[in-house]
Amino acid sequence: MTNYTGILGRAVGAVVALAVVLLAPVVIAQKGPSAVPRTSDDATVAHVLNRLGYGPSPGDIARVQQMTVAAYIEAQLHPERIEDADLKARLAVYPTIGLSTAELARDYYGPAEQLRRAEQRTQANQPARSAAGAPGQATAAQASGQTMAGDPAMAGAPQRPQDRDQSPELRAARQKEQQILQDLMQARLVRAVTSERQLEEVLVDFWFNHFNVFSGKGQVRVYLTEYERESIRPYVLGNFRDMLGAVAESPAMLFYLDNFQSVDPKAAGRQADEQAARLQQAALRGQGRGRVQTPRQNAQGNQTPAERIQQLRNRGLNENYARELMELHTLGVDAGYTQADVIAVARAFTGWTIDRPRDGGSFQFNAVMHDNDPKVVLGKTIDAGGKADGERVLDLLATHPATAKFIATKLARRFVADEPPASVVDRAAKVFLDTKGDLREVTRAIITSPEFFSTEVRLAKVKTPLEFVASAVRASGTDLNNPQPLIGALRSLGMPLYGAQPPTGWGDIAEDWVSTGALLNRLNFAVQLSNGQLRGVRVNVRELAPNTSETSRNALVQSLLHGNASQITRDTLARAESPQQLIALTLGSPEFQKR
Amino acid sequence: MMNRRIFLKNGSLALVSLGFAPAFFTRAAQAAQTKRKVLVTVFQRGAVDGLNMIVPFGEKAYYQARPSIAISKPGEPNGAVDLDGFFGLHPRMASLQPYFRRGELAIVNATGSNDPTRSHFDAQDYMESGTPGRKSTRDGWLNRYLHAKEHEEASAFRAVSLTQQLPRALQGTAPALAIDQLGRFGLRAGDRGDMMQSSFEAQYAAAADSLLKPISKEAFDAIRHLESVDLAKYTPQNGAVYPNSGYGQALKQIAQLIKANMGLEVAFAESGNWDHHANEGPQIANRLDDFASGIAAFAQDLGDGMADVMVLTMSEFGRTVSENGARGTDHGHGNAMLLLGGDVKGGKVYGKWPGLEREQRYEGRDLAITTDFRDVFSEVLGGHLGTKDISSVFPGYSAKSKLGIIR
Repeated sequence: MTNYTGILGRAVGAVVALAVVLLAPVVIAQKGPSAVPRTSDDATVAHVLNRLGYGPSPGDIARVQQMTVAAYIEAQLHPERIEDADLKARLAVYPTIGLSTAELARDYYGPAEQLRRAEQRTQANQPARSAAGAPGQATAAQASGQTMAGDPAMAGAPQRPQDRDQSPELRAARQKEQQILQDLMQARLVRAVTSERQLEEVLVDFWFNHFNVFSGKGQVRVYLTEYERESIRPYVLGNFRDMLGAVAESPAMLFYLDNFQSVDPKAAGRQADEQAARLQQAALRGQGRGRVQTPRQNAQGNQTPAERIQQLRNRGLNENYARELMELHTLGVDAGYTQADVIAVARAFTGWTIDRPRDGGSFQFNAVMHDNDPKVVLGKTIDAGGKADGERVLDLLATHPATAKFIATKLARRFVADEPPASVVDRAAKVFLDTKGDLREVTRAIITSPEFFSTEVRLAKVKTPLEFVASAVRASGTDLNNPQPLIGALRSLGMPLYGAQPPTGWGDIAEDWVSTGALLNRLNFAVQLSNGQLRGVRVNVRELAPNTSETSRNALVQSLLHGNASQITRDTLARAESPQQLIALTLGSPEFQKR
Repeated sequence: MMNRRIFLKNGSLALVSLGFAPAFFTRAAQAAQTKRKVLVTVFQRGAVDGLNMIVPFGEKAYYQARPSIAISKPGEPNGAVDLDGFFGLHPRMASLQPYFRRGELAIVNATGSNDPTRSHFDAQDYMESGTPGRKSTRDGWLNRYLHAKEHEEASAFRAVSLTQQLPRALQGTAPALAIDQLGRFGLRAGDRGDMMQSSFEAQYAAAADSLLKPISKEAFDAIRHLESVDLAKYTPQNGAVYPNSGYGQALKQIAQLIKANMGLEVAFAESGNWDHHANEGPQIANRLDDFASGIAAFAQDLGDGMADVMVLTMSEFGRTVSENGARGTDHGHGNAMLLLGGDVKGGKVYGKWPGLEREQRYEGRDLAITTDFRDVFSEVLGGHLGTKDISSVFPGYSAKSKLGIIR
């Protein structure tokens, strides 16, 4: 089990030599039994490309065979060393993906939001009509009722009932606003399909999903671009604690899990009292406006001072982030923490908020909102005070054995099997603890393990819709001029990009992705792709299958399925009357649904 | 919760014992014999103003809080349609009054989720996951129901959402379909569609995969069964006219599925555009017209079939008791649900009415909640659908009140 090859062997050798002197504990971690095979038959290479990336593109198998599997894995573990000029050029057409949240808020979100607020004010000033409304036919927009219903990703967003009545300015501004998410979704697909740094892309998908936020919840859509780029991507092969910290401070997560409004209840009472006193003084001076209206509330009509004060007082601890931090981001469910721990963690994160949350503001620690009293988390006293309270909690959770086990399990599930063998999970968890959460080493421990290379787990995973779509486009050598139709395909396959509502993200086992409706949609996608019905996604039919001859069919089984096809599947291919049908029957086959 | 894999294993054992009759037809035939109860859920997304939908015209505070958008008392121009002398329907919902009179329509008022959130997203999420305050629940309450009452004759159309995507309430490991247009369900492979379909079918019948194989069988059986029903020629019965909206058409297609004996048990439809922060009056009037006439058409179309069918409506939260400065209402708390069907002990407005005086309100501003929404759902699941194990549908929750709303 220690047949190291080439680069990997030398690298490990050097680490061992160094570590003997300096880092004794690390040695143990890095000496995991690498099982990277010396031989690289097609099936083995296809397995590596199916798991580390979105499947082989034409020519990939030969390339990896030439450089050896070990060298390919090592290269993928260091994406920063891989030149990816073609991708850079392709991404250049998406202007928003490189912008900061502040820029996006100013140039893309803000104008639409201002116009929306202005239109709402105008509408409010129109003369009242009969409260019951005139009987008769509803307008098309009102009757369709589809603003929200038609797009579940926007299910939580405030509705604009007057969509069809809106001004051309607002319509244009909204289009510009939607470009943020459009660019992000298209870029994600372009990366999955064309990036040379395939492992990095798979890991961005994995870690985004691990720290899931939903584009349809309020202002998350403004924060999403920066979130993926700054809080997830830089750390996927970095340190877990660093990623955890970046996520904890991200406006996307603070907004999605409501921590931005979590306030020490004592502080909420104090602020309400202060506001009440201020109003009373203003009233005494005869300056009372009668109505208190903060800029943020003008879309919500207005409130009486009593209501506003009550609302201030009602604010309090919000446990959502604290609970998911432990249950989903670190320890895992049933890891032994209690409701008291959840409350203590929530108290530690009071004051971790967003400056101007509804206008694309940035992270801010607000000491006034913070509960500075000592807290006990998992039996340890947290008494650092201020922002450091939260930092100490993150330290504690990031190095906890339950976290190591939880992360190792999820990664092994992604790379090895739905129910990964305990041996590989234990080994990866140990590397996690020994390296203090070095994700490059944890990932390496899994993708060089004997369990990973075991023939039993080959083609054992059902592709997720994203994996299915990206691998179909890659395998067929399709040029992706416009990823737009693929966004729609993912929606109908049940996996809209950035569209997982709950903080658990998408599931990662076969049961999550195999259903009658989804299966038919996969077949329909295979047909549409092969027939050239997806605009901007054109399969090079002539190259893939010049005709329906046996030679063509065998070549297709080789290029798309790497020789793995049942006799029945081969027989059905013989029934195809056109190359397009031949390709559709191959991409829609049960064999192509697995990786 | 039962693992899907185990379920399928048991399911395929059962199929073996039935010989090689197409599983779906056998199951559908069985379904037709044992009268299947159907639950149709309608989600009013965007938070309908329950106080202008089910009008508490007997409350002085209602008229004080809403000088320009209150619905007048019954008998006045554009007045509410009286239900019980205290509550009335919005005038544009008059089509539902006969059902209330006949004891087929019930209202639950002052119901909702005890979680204080006023975020559309969170409140919808909680109502659909069925676990208020708990965000990490992965499946929806309707999907957990499907698990709680697994049975071998379950068809591919057991749970169908007439939406583009599966709503949160139906997401989970139990099979559920999202179909926005019944006519588009199936393989769309052009001229040689038959050859393509039979080829794919043969491939998957031979697949080694323990999940893909049985699921594909269900899928192809389902296509055939749906093809045998002439969808385009559907004529609603009893003179029912569905609204032309997406919501109305969704209800119409649900009626089609029920009549075609497809084994439907749980259906889901959505009605949107309820977030009336400004100028509420005319907008909500049109929306309620659409909402009520859809339900009325559905009940009319099914006729006697309603004996086994129940419509249950919900919305994520209610709206402020007082109107705002823009003649609209803002995000509130308690709301009303409608239940219609043969199993409903109708003709009554259920739920303790908390009153609308300021001190009776939730946080001084909203209708308070006296009935947890899960109590309503639990009674529907138990009384109408005959679910024995409701604790797995609402884990960690036990009903606080028994409304007695089901016959």
